[in-house]
Amino acid sequence: MTYPTDLRYTSDHEWLRAQGTSWRVGITQFAVDQLGDITLVDLPKEGDLVTKGQRFGTIESVKSVSDLYAPVSGKVVAVNAALKNTPEQVNTAPYAGGWMIDLEPTEASEIEELLTPDAYIKHVAAQ
Amino acid sequence: MDRLRTPLHDVHRQLGARLIDFGGWDMPVQYTAGTIKEHRAVREAVGLFDVSHMGEAYLRGDAARRVVDTLCTNNVAGAPNGKAVYTLLCRPTGGVVDDCIFYKRTDDEFFVIVNASNTAKDLAWLRTHAGGACNVEDVSEATALIAVQGPKAVAMVDTLSDTRVAQLPSFAFTEAAVGGVTCLVARTGYTGEDGFELACPAHLAVQLWDALLGAALPLGGLPIGLSARNTLRLESKLPLYGNDLDDDHTPLEAGLGWAVKLDNREFLGSDALRVQKAAGLQRQLVGFTIPAELRAVARHGYPVVDRTPGAEHAVIGTVTSGGPGISVSGAVGLAYVPPTFAKAGTVLTIDCRGKDVPATVVSGKFYKRPQ
Repeated sequence: MTYPTDLRYTSDHEWLRAQGTSWRVGITQFAVDQLGDITLVDLPKEGDLVTKGQRFGTIESVKSVSDLYAPVSGKVVAVNAALKNTPEQVNTAPYAGGWMIDLEPTEASEIEELLTPDAYIKHVAAQ
Repeated sequence: MDRLRTPLHDVHRQLGARLIDFGGWDMPVQYTAGTIKEHRAVREAVGLFDVSHMGEAYLRGDAARRVVDTLCTNNVAGAPNGKAVYTLLCRPTGGVVDDCIFYKRTDDEFFVIVNASNTAKDLAWLRTHAGGACNVEDVSEATALIAVQGPKAVAMVDTLSDTRVAQLPSFAFTEAAVGGVTCLVARTGYTGEDGFELACPAHLAVQLWDALLGAALPLGGLPIGLSARNTLRLESKLPLYGNDLDDDHTPLEAGLGWAVKLDNREFLGSDALRVQKAAGLQRQLVGFTIPAELRAVARHGYPVVDRTPGAEHAVIGTVTSGGPGISVSGAVGLAYVPPTFAKAGTVLTIDCRGKDVPATVVSGKFYKRPQ
């Protein structure tokens, strides 16, 4: 399984990529493999505020439904609208076309607390 | 405790299957293609399913016919030799012990295939009620079971057989060598597609699987995991024991009255079922669909609610199976509801994790295969 080294991670199997002042958020290959084929992704609206640890969206796969939890608190500055019609991009390209939202964090310290790639790989190995 | 393995376990690993714990068995939930592609392969070509985790038994002896007639809601005992019959085994209350298929070989020999999760319970049930009058032989471990399903399944298996199995009518069975392996070949399945289920000795399962997969792949066929098995059966409105059927619901409530033959018969549960039939049902299993544009899926356990002001009950039923449609649009599911909500066209309200979603009751299968 692949976990890019330029990303930060959460123990809930989300990844974050720094891009200027915002952070792009998606779910990891591990999460995708657990979920199987994804059929629906419900995301917040641009401008919505999210709180770390709170639900910000939902993923329906063929076999289950899962919540998406905000990795950090912040404002949603972009939403991947393409997932509305092509949710399978999360399966095929979880770190690229399968991204979910861009967040502008309100608490810089929360970014510091995110897992490094090494720490995330150890977390996955323990699952 | 180590999970149980079917004789095809190594084959699944080699094929890159994702294995999960399914009732104590280490089973493929999906292969590398994934559920949606596997599902479509069965609808459009052919799919292979390892269902060797299911239980099998023989009932033999002079009293076998009488014992079977006492246990089965359907007329298994009176079926012609060579016929497979879907039936329920009921408790005296009418609740369902299991749903299964009996294969009548002769009046004194019946073969039965039962749900994996119920094998121990069913064997005990059969033995208790046989009471020594007929021999009940558990052959679950010695038997492998492979389902071959899809529009290309019949011609494909026929080509691999020494017998013209394509001529077998629906729910008939015969013995034939397929890929050189002697099997019980039954024209049955759990997908809504045409096809066969093949029972063979466990030690020959890999030989049979390899012959089938070798023929299936060039036809666009795939090995199919349990996840697609579930989406396929649900689209065809086939009930799943443990979800849609259980000890607390009767076959009449589950809409399986066609498999309950009450006329001039006495069997376990027949009295309770007659009473229920005469009194009318309090709840019924219905199929429902949710349009795609609502972007909602109702799953097992979600409550069916009545938001009418002053409604007698807020919760009127429960979804027993549900998921996204793959060959049909939107989401589909099954729910137990009162008869007043069971008519086709009725709009139910399902509480999907805090969101009220309208779902329409439909009669018949969600997916009907092209004739």
